[in-house]
Amino acid sequence: MNPLQIFRIAALALLRNKMRSMLTMLGVIIGVAAVIAMVAIGEGAKARVEQAFASMGTNLLIVMPGSVVAGGVQGGSGSQASLTWDDFRAIRSECPSVRYAAPQLRTNAQVLSEEANWSTTVYGVSPEYFDVRNWGMAEGTRFSQSDVDAGAKVVVLGRTVADKLYGAGAQPVGQSVRIRNIPFVIVAIMDKKGQSAMGQDYDDVVLIPVSTFQAKIQGGLSKFLTGTIFVGAYSASGTAKAQTEIENLLRDRHHIEPGMPDNFTIRNLTEVAGAQQEGTRTMTTLLASIAAVSLLVGGIGIMNIMLVSVTERTREIGLRMAIGAKRRHILAQFLAESLALSSLGGLVGVGVGLLVANRLAAQFGWPTLIRPDVIAISVAFSALVGVVFGLYPARKASRLDPIDALRFE
Amino acid sequence: MALIELTDVRKVYRMGEEEVFALRGVTLSIDHGEFVAVMGPSGSGKSTLMNTLGCLDRPTSGSYFLAGQDVSKLDHDELAEIRNKLLGFVFQSFNLLPRTTAQENVELPLLYAGTSSRERRRRAAAALDRVGLSGRAGHTPAQLSGGQQQRVAIARAIVTEPQLLVADEPTGNLDSRTSVEIMALFQELSATGITILVVTHEPDIAEFASRVLIIRDGRVKSDRKQTPVPAVVPPKKPEDDL
Repeated sequence: MNPLQIFRIAALALLRNKMRSMLTMLGVIIGVAAVIAMVAIGEGAKARVEQAFASMGTNLLIVMPGSVVAGGVQGGSGSQASLTWDDFRAIRSECPSVRYAAPQLRTNAQVLSEEANWSTTVYGVSPEYFDVRNWGMAEGTRFSQSDVDAGAKVVVLGRTVADKLYGAGAQPVGQSVRIRNIPFVIVAIMDKKGQSAMGQDYDDVVLIPVSTFQAKIQGGLSKFLTGTIFVGAYSASGTAKAQTEIENLLRDRHHIEPGMPDNFTIRNLTEVAGAQQEGTRTMTTLLASIAAVSLLVGGIGIMNIMLVSVTERTREIGLRMAIGAKRRHILAQFLAESLALSSLGGLVGVGVGLLVANRLAAQFGWPTLIRPDVIAISVAFSALVGVVFGLYPARKASRLDPIDALRFE
Repeated sequence: MALIELTDVRKVYRMGEEEVFALRGVTLSIDHGEFVAVMGPSGSGKSTLMNTLGCLDRPTSGSYFLAGQDVSKLDHDELAEIRNKLLGFVFQSFNLLPRTTAQENVELPLLYAGTSSRERRRRAAAALDRVGLSGRAGHTPAQLSGGQQQRVAIARAIVTEPQLLVADEPTGNLDSRTSVEIMALFQELSATGITILVVTHEPDIAEFASRVLIIRDGRVKSDRKQTPVPAVVPPKKPEDDL
């Protein structure tokens, strides 16, 4: 008897009890569907986190001034002007792991076009800032170092600001806007970056040369850098090294004794992203484990039904033995039945799981992430469940004595 | 050599502490083509004898030669092969697979013999034709009468062309008219050379056989040959249809 015939016999036996077979499969279907949907949810959440951090900028470190302590009251990060422009230049020239370093000064201001006005954040930056944040131009050309040197009155608009001032999809490059009553020529519109993980709109900004910011917006040249420094490392793994280098450099420059706290803060966004990813990975594992338990329960359901089936079909087994079925034929038949139930259930479960994953992804606005390896593993696992939980009932059937089995009422 | 040669066959069951002597030394020889009825009260050992002859059970001692082969020492799977090749079974309760067509029920023994599907179909159709049911191949047991179901079971028993047909109370669940029909079919098969053993407790069924064995207390009490009464189905009376 070849495997095909065994599966045919098994299929006929299962079709004789359609309703029961369906209900038995349901356990496996739910189990596999749950595994696939849960993993897809976890992967979607992970991708969302990655996306959010990627739009912040790649391999990013943010250097912020320290906090001021006045009369025992400690101010927040950045409340003390502890970073100087010399510090910034030193970071750029003396730290080998630092690829880009750019200052970022910020203020809120009303920006006016001919027809409209909009309150937004104005950043004073150097051209390297665009590289650090991985920010391309949708239209026009970003300002250059010579614009910074000359203190040119040029501005780069975020997509949201351009839309608010000139209407959606407008191309206002070449026109001018006024910030604090000073006219700026629009040289470029930046690519849309969307929202941060916190829901903040990255595109609701305008960027002007840092020198112009200092001279016209902030007022007066100053020794201190009253903003933050954005640093891009050469690689993700290099961010930790760059952080150490900057830390050592600034402690040295600020004459901080060993054991004393820093008067500045360095935030490593790669680490934050890593921690967040670790969190979503834990969540994925947790969800998948719970789903795997339901798959196990489905397997026990199969065993239960197969045991009932063996008892109910004792006379059939006796007859099959009487007309020449050997022990292995009976064993193979019942194993094939549970295997067919579980793997068919697994396949249907994959379909249901994909459907659920798609719906959930659409619901949360996540990318749908279907992992083929998870599909393969859950189908293989459900087949394994069928064999493992089918083995005991099948063995029980094959060990029956034909005379007792035929006499069974 | 005879088809069946039993020499001093004994069978002892252990029921807890007690030993039950089901067969106490049976010596018996049955030739090719004989039609034997086995009778005896319940507990006489006739079921044990039939199970032994049908290779479903092994004797505790003694020897059993079937078609020249000693089958008394074979294991479970070897006996299964013997049953598949040399034997056919007919049961009181038919034992057909439910919700399975007559054709598929009859093909079943060939499946375990490893016969190709085309050959299975051909032989099953021929067997159904032999029992007069060629028009019912696609019917399931629920769609057939008791007599027809037993015919399907007989077709299943003869589809492998066995040497020996073992029937355990084949007419026990049938009315007398259908019983005669079934016995007529057995006489027909016997005429073609198949050896038939029928276990029965009805004397008028035993009359259709050519030899009657009476078993009592695990021994053969009487063994007599007779001229079989031809099984002629009486014409249908009008009240049968009521």
